[in-house]
Amino acid sequence: MDAEFRELYQEIILEHSKSPRNFRRMEDATHKLEGRNPLCGDQYTIYLKIENGIIADISFEGSGCAISKASASVMTSVLKGKSIAEAKKLFEQFHDIVTGVKTTGDDTDISRKIAAFSGVAEYPVRIKCATLAWHAMRNSIEGVTNSVTTEEK
Amino acid sequence: MKTKFDPLKYRPDFPILKQKIHGYPLVYFDNAATTQKPKMVIDAIKNFYERDNANVHRAIHQLGERATEAYEKARKTIAGFIGAESEKQIVFTKGATESINLVASAWGRKYISEGDEIIVSEMEHHSNLIPWQLLAKDVGAVLKILPINLDGTLVFNEFEHILSNKTKLIAVTHMSNVFGTINPIKKIVSMAHDRGIPVLLDGAQSVPHLPIDVGFLDCDFLVFSGHKMCGPTGIGVLYAKINHLENMNPYQGGGEMISSVWLDNATWNEIPHKFEAGTQNIAGAIGLAKAIEYLEYVNMRDITLYEQDLVTYTINKLMSIDGVVIYGNAPARGGAISFNLDDIHPHDLAHFLDQKGIAVRAGHHCAQPIMRKLNLAATTRASLYFYNTVEEVDYLAEQLVEAKKFFNL
Ligand SMILES: Cc1ncc(COP(=O)(O)O)c(C=O)c1O
Repeated sequence: MDAEFRELYQEIILEHSKSPRNFRRMEDATHKLEGRNPLCGDQYTIYLKIENGIIADISFEGSGCAISKASASVMTSVLKGKSIAEAKKLFEQFHDIVTGVKTTGDDTDISRKIAAFSGVAEYPVRIKCATLAWHAMRNSIEGVTNSVTTEEK
Repeated sequence: MKTKFDPLKYRPDFPILKQKIHGYPLVYFDNAATTQKPKMVIDAIKNFYERDNANVHRAIHQLGERATEAYEKARKTIAGFIGAESEKQIVFTKGATESINLVASAWGRKYISEGDEIIVSEMEHHSNLIPWQLLAKDVGAVLKILPINLDGTLVFNEFEHILSNKTKLIAVTHMSNVFGTINPIKKIVSMAHDRGIPVLLDGAQSVPHLPIDVGFLDCDFLVFSGHKMCGPTGIGVLYAKINHLENMNPYQGGGEMISSVWLDNATWNEIPHKFEAGTQNIAGAIGLAKAIEYLEYVNMRDITLYEQDLVTYTINKLMSIDGVVIYGNAPARGGAISFNLDDIHPHDLAHFLDQKGIAVRAGHHCAQPIMRKLNLAATTRASLYFYNTVEEVDYLAEQLVEAKKFFNL
């Protein structure tokens, strides 16, 4: 198997897709948004509990491919306890990684987790899979309440 | 394999099949989406542009004459291929989708009004569902749905309950692009005609794979696309019975579809030109006619029989793999095979297979109501054509086993 393809489906991605973290509904969410990829039917709902500008809790449910599910799972695990400003910054970093623009440039635990998605940059068709949950998260904290689709940027 | 048909005899005719993908020989199993084109067809289009290109029906010059002759000859070839009595019954469109929209607009708006009912089945491709939804909304008609069983067959007995004296049309697919099901069209048509109801047949998946005789099927409208039958994209066909075409309104207004024009009025050209406004896809029509010549040379009956064999072989092969679930189990079926493998998402699976040179489709296949019925977000679909081989099927099966290893940590 081609090394680039293995890179795309690194162990951490397969592992998160099989045992997603924070994969649950949240009854007392302050923010909730559905993200859909109408072309392939991937669909997730992101739940956030934001208290005093901090993401006190974050979870998701839904279904989709391994890349989209792992990315949602990793996202929830890195955003818990972060401020809204930090969440937006991480969104930008994640976006840069999967589109191959640049890496985070440091070597923290969070950077390593999101860097696992750098293989996506080699496969433009999968960028939408990787960013679906992140787009839903960002739109949600910005106050969007109608479901977002990957067709709108 | 029961038939002696040899796909290797025809594969060299398809230049695209000779290539490697990611270092592996291309195995093309996405024929329900679009088929590959034989060199003959590619050459016919090239030759037209290099030698005969001109607009049709408008020029006195030599090229115009040649182009018109080739375009109208293409119409005759297509009429002959589906057993139409006259080439006047062949309207060129850009594909099955446009053909259905043409009927919904030019026939539907004239004959379907408030309170009337249109029946479609639950297994339709979106292109045979949405145009009727739009029409129903616009004129206040009601869309009635003939349900399907979980095995991908129509719940035929439900017709009794949803047919009424308000039913104005039944629009149904001949062959499902998801399940491969071949629907009992003769039965549907005769039941409909007993009540004076016309039937539109979506032949997008059947015309490329089965010998079709519209005289025998007796459908009122038949639609299909050139690109799913070795022809180019951007060309398709609407066949209709003469009386429908004569009575229908025009579809689009413009050049070519008129007879006489005044500033405040116009009269329409005769059929089928009445429905072909503007400059048509002339090269496309010529390419489609060449594709039909090619299919006739291969022989439609042999194609059907071989594909029946190959689909049975494929299903047995896939079923022998632990974790494969196949959707659709109709007694009569064609070569579209939808399946899932364990809990590997179809996108991941299709991407893995692509790395091995195998082209399959993953998704909802433009049939979201079916996916909802099966409670699935997506399936993987392998769809066959006569140039596919037993060896390719074996290779697919091998790689499915590899995919299980890859994705199951
Ligand atoms: C059953 C069926 N009907 C209609 C269509 C639409 O064909 P086109 O996109 O060529 O108009 C398709 C194509 O996938 C199909 O499978």
